[in-house]
Amino acid sequence: MTTVRVLVGTRKGAFVFTADAGRQDWTVDGPQFAGWEIYHAKGSPVDPDRIYASQSSSWFGQVVHRSDDGGKSWRTVGNTFQYEGTPGTHQWYDGSPHPWEFARVWHLEPSLDEPDTVYAGVEDAALFRSTDGGSTWSELPGLRGHGTGPAWQPGAGGMCLHTLVLDHANPDRMFAAISAAGAFRTDDAGQSWKPITKGLVSAFLPDPTAEVGHCVHRIAQHPARPDTLYMQKHWDVLRTDDAGESWTEISGDLPTDFGFPIAVHPHEEDTVYVVPITSDAVHYPPNGQLRVYRSRTGGGEWEPLTDGLPQAHCYVDILRDAMDVDDCEPAGVYFGTTGGQLYASADGGDHWRAVAEHLPPVLSVEVQRLG
Amino acid sequence: MSSVTAVRVVLPTPLRVLAAIPTAEVTLEVDGAGAVTQRAVLAALEARYPALVGTVRDQATGRRRPFVRFFACQEDLSHEPPDDPLPAAVAAGAEPFVVLGAIAGG
Repeated sequence: MTTVRVLVGTRKGAFVFTADAGRQDWTVDGPQFAGWEIYHAKGSPVDPDRIYASQSSSWFGQVVHRSDDGGKSWRTVGNTFQYEGTPGTHQWYDGSPHPWEFARVWHLEPSLDEPDTVYAGVEDAALFRSTDGGSTWSELPGLRGHGTGPAWQPGAGGMCLHTLVLDHANPDRMFAAISAAGAFRTDDAGQSWKPITKGLVSAFLPDPTAEVGHCVHRIAQHPARPDTLYMQKHWDVLRTDDAGESWTEISGDLPTDFGFPIAVHPHEEDTVYVVPITSDAVHYPPNGQLRVYRSRTGGGEWEPLTDGLPQAHCYVDILRDAMDVDDCEPAGVYFGTTGGQLYASADGGDHWRAVAEHLPPVLSVEVQRLG
Repeated sequence: MSSVTAVRVVLPTPLRVLAAIPTAEVTLEVDGAGAVTQRAVLAALEARYPALVGTVRDQATGRRRPFVRFFACQEDLSHEPPDDPLPAAVAAGAEPFVVLGAIAGG
């Protein structure tokens, strides 16, 4: 029997929602890690009961948890993230050199084929990997050290590696996104990386088409068409059809192309979801109307999805890791808000309902289909 | 000459939950050959409770986390050098070494 499990990380703990394939009646377990910020929790694709969770606290630093029973119980694993070699410097907000310092794990990405292997995207931006179930972590220094690192600068939320896409067709290929350094690709399993920013334009940069410095918010890929990726940038929604060699803007008729998350329909490679946010200075939906926008044409033409979403007086934000899809039929779409709502659609976005309305601010949403 | 002494340590609730410590106070065997120091007490704490590694002091720098404080004998010892001797009453087990999460909103 199919079960859908939604892992929700919030500012005050983690919550696990479960439902059957109908996805109408949800049970909630939580808060787990009560009181702690859970930046991200994600399960292994090959062993869904193996879940990794990043707990971060301004008081007590970084802790990594692991569950081997689907989130029923947890144990702490390794939390030593030591940069390889001499860390060097990146730019601080004022442009001065600033030493690379580990702050927290933003994103955990379990391997597609090995449950004991998991990647961690961290702040200050770097990529780490564990091959022993999270007990020990080693940096893949080729990303931070490929040459442009001293020019990277933090975004308002810190200089974080927040997105890692593992290519479903090529096990040596990964895509990473860093705020505010840009997007990068490796074709040799993380040994070396190159910026993939041709076509990106950022007005806040002295050179708007510079190779690095773009504030990429999120990248999403459809497993069946891995060379096509979709990007939500600080401003602009873009796509590439050549694995990042060049990008084309697809904002089209969106009411605003600022936002954080972006997701691809699990069965339709050209169906994409974004949640437009008013602007970089006004982090809530335009006119207080919460609307997911869906394109069925791979971008350019977008339709607002409103049924079940608040269409007045809604002033929440949706963070970059707080949207996901399931691969049931029909597909499910989920997102969490900074106002503590978890919204779910069991029909590809046509209709929505609030599964939870009073959670702490939601930082991340990950969905698993079991069975 | 080895000199092991029993030091009482009080931990904040979040760290007790994290390390599954049922009591507000733990007693640690601290190697105090010479003097019982903040560094020696924290090393003993982390050795006994590995889940607390990195939570009280930064792993890379060894520095106390900014929102963590150390109190003992009605004194704030947070800014004392980590290798200075702790008060004799702490070293003797008469008074606890208190690890405190600073008050902050949110």
